Amino acid sequence: MTTPASQVVETPPHDAAEPHLGFVRRYIFSTDHKIIGIQYMLTGLVMAIAGALLATLIRLQLGWPTHQWQWLALLLPKGMPGGVMTPEFYLAVVTMHGTIMVFFFISYVLVSGFGNFLVPLQIGARDMAFPFLNMLSYWIALLSALVMLASFFVEGGAAAAGWTAYPPLSAVWSAVPGSQLGQTVWLLSMALFIVSFTMSSLNFVATVFSLRAPGMSMWRMSLTVWSYFISSILGLLAFPALTAAAVMLLLDRHLGTSFFLPSGLVVANRLLPNQGGSPLLWQHLFWFLGHPEVYVLILPALGVACDILPTFTRKPIFGYRIQVWCLIAVGVLSMIVWGHHMFVSGMSPFSGEYFSLVTLTITVPMTIFGVNMLASLSGGRLLLRTPMLFALGVIALFGSGGFGGLFLGNATANMQLHDTYFVVGHFHLMIGGVTMLGTFGAIYFWFPKMFGRMMSERLGKVHFWFTFVPFFTLFFMQHFLGLQGMLRRYYAFTSYDFLKRTQGQNVVISLLAMVLVAGQLVFLANFVWSLLKGRVAAANPWQATTLEWTVASPPPHGNFGAALPDVHRWSYEYGVDDVEGDFAAQSVPPERVPVTA
Amino acid sequence: MNKPEPNARRSPAFEAALVALLFVTAGVGGVAYGARSWMPELASRHGAGIDAMLHYLLVTVGALFLAGHLVLGYFIWRGGGRRQIGLRMASHKTELVLSIALGLGMLLIAEGGVIAIGMPVWTEYFGATPPSDAVTIEVTAQQFAWNVRYPGPDGKFGRTDPRLMDDALNPLGRDRSDPAGADDVITTNEITVPVGRTVRVQLRSKDVIHSFFLPNFRVKQDAVPGMTPEVVFVPTREGEFELACAQLCGLAHYRMRGFFNVVSPPQFDEWLRKQAATAN
Repeated sequence: MTTPASQVVETPPHDAAEPHLGFVRRYIFSTDHKIIGIQYMLTGLVMAIAGALLATLIRLQLGWPTHQWQWLALLLPKGMPGGVMTPEFYLAVVTMHGTIMVFFFISYVLVSGFGNFLVPLQIGARDMAFPFLNMLSYWIALLSALVMLASFFVEGGAAAAGWTAYPPLSAVWSAVPGSQLGQTVWLLSMALFIVSFTMSSLNFVATVFSLRAPGMSMWRMSLTVWSYFISSILGLLAFPALTAAAVMLLLDRHLGTSFFLPSGLVVANRLLPNQGGSPLLWQHLFWFLGHPEVYVLILPALGVACDILPTFTRKPIFGYRIQVWCLIAVGVLSMIVWGHHMFVSGMSPFSGEYFSLVTLTITVPMTIFGVNMLASLSGGRLLLRTPMLFALGVIALFGSGGFGGLFLGNATANMQLHDTYFVVGHFHLMIGGVTMLGTFGAIYFWFPKMFGRMMSERLGKVHFWFTFVPFFTLFFMQHFLGLQGMLRRYYAFTSYDFLKRTQGQNVVISLLAMVLVAGQLVFLANFVWSLLKGRVAAANPWQATTLEWTVASPPPHGNFGAALPDVHRWSYEYGVDDVEGDFAAQSVPPERVPVTA
Repeated sequence: MNKPEPNARRSPAFEAALVALLFVTAGVGGVAYGARSWMPELASRHGAGIDAMLHYLLVTVGALFLAGHLVLGYFIWRGGGRRQIGLRMASHKTELVLSIALGLGMLLIAEGGVIAIGMPVWTEYFGATPPSDAVTIEVTAQQFAWNVRYPGPDGKFGRTDPRLMDDALNPLGRDRSDPAGADDVITTNEITVPVGRTVRVQLRSKDVIHSFFLPNFRVKQDAVPGMTPEVVFVPTREGEFELACAQLCGLAHYRMRGFFNVVSPPQFDEWLRKQAATAN
């Protein structure tokens, strides 16, 4: 029995079954997936502000390496005495920027935040499979974020060995100031993060397997749900490797083991007693996680974009089943290509050839996926609302970033480009840009469902232009800095003759970065203003088809009233005739609108 | 029938044109920006192959990048003006044919490049047996210097031992009792090689991972403690070049600079003799 969307709006906002829940159980220690999703999202957005401030510091240093920022000396007396950043602070800032953006912004907002909010709603479930575990995941995630931030304040400052934390630099206390207590705190925070993320991934997989509403077969799930499903499986398979590595590195650091430390190390003029370890072992373990991890992040952004596109072209996504198979293929391939991060590491050149060949096969599913997104526009009636603008941005960045992957996955080309700004530009377009634009698209799209109010379209569009233009330009330019040989994680580019000519480009990039960060203030203003004063949203403001749009905005506790919806069709029934408009929600029975797929 | 806004409204035509223009500009501007010579001047034999690989990618990828953005811009401009959707769904066959054709095309471009251009260079670089007249050099990286050692006339490096290492007096930990080491020539942050002869660099590290990067020679190899990877290449151009550390190694990573001088063979012999004389 299904009800037309317009009637469901009348459903009472509170679940009559649980009237006893007080404020704390309802909004703080909540087990409701929607509240947990919002908690993740807000935590992630706060972390993003921290990450963006760190990015600003990086660009100040690289644009104007000798300038004395007197007012910053007042704010950061230890990191910037006299207004000039110290190298130890710079390395800590770079490390923390990467760590925070990858693990605490994108993972929390896009993967855990929207994953929690959307997956149960879109498959027609009342909550996640394990609500209490879900709450536990969030609180551990929050703890992990706080621990990570706290590491700035320990002796020696925050970790400074890069987000990849290669030993021996990250293992030996005297190798760099950040490898004192800061690195230990970093590892503890990562361990907490992994615990939380693994529980959360497990929850997603279980939810998709066991809680789909009647009629919701796997082939009727939206690409959003598919992407979270594949991404969670990848997380479950890949993260244990990093868990093991983190524990081993902690043991090396504190208990005198030698997993990653070879014999005969002489650091700071002192011979270390370690024997027989291998620094490359860490790199294998790290990238065994690290490569699937980028797909864990990017697949949800692609999935979300694939659900935004049909809504604003008013026609189905192009090649739905092929898209699903592409997600699966990428998931499988992502587990066997990690060595392409290690072409010049000293690993056997034969492995290099293998990893190069296998890595480039990923272009097949990814090209198909990208072109299908593009083909979804063909013949569409484009409505350029804010979520759509960001989805179009996802297509452009995914293409551009993907092309950079052809250079880096090619071992021969990689020899020149490894550890240069080509890599920095590439991963910012992909796991920085595709994910960030996907996240913003998701926020603009589902904000009405989360909070019951619309976001301002006008501010949203301004935000899009001030995000896409500087973001694309500056990270595109960084690829060519890489071709010039400009190396990443450099505190300044003043010591080399061959890098002197990059100074002008660095100033331009820094200015663009400032515009980019300033543009995000428009988003924050829009977010807060819309939360308080935004126009009240209808149940289905975008005329979309998936199940979350058939219930009130925001949906009540338990999501679906007395009976779960019956699902009769796939997620992309646009371009049909119904009393509601040119679309049919998944719960609309076939007698009313014929099923087309 | 009261249709809920805002999706009933059409976007203004100028807006679609503007957004289309944004992506077209990204494509055209990107290619215009990228289409110039960016790489540092080439100075090695195998480097020509690496440059060929990079140029192949720049051209093919540049074309795809441009085409993709133009199509994106066209669809936005075209779709922004529609009142009704065009074709609702392509047939499964169309979807499949398009996917397979594009997937195979991409596979051809990507893997074709690796197999036709990349692998031969990779094999030349890693697989070739160095000729007997190759100049062998040992480079031991440390925070933050490159310790360079030539084996001297006997062609043999003397023994080293980490227990003997001392930053001020004996950075390499040379065992002075080993006669093979008596004629070793040691320099710091300076490597001199003869033009046209094969150079074998045996890379070591004392402390953390460094990376031996010669931008002009298209050479990059991590120096990993506990391992001794070897780099083999042929300098083709005389001149003074720079050696940079490419792997984060600590506070002075950004200025762990070395000099790499390529000179004529007689100048090289002369230089080596002079170094040996000053050492003794």
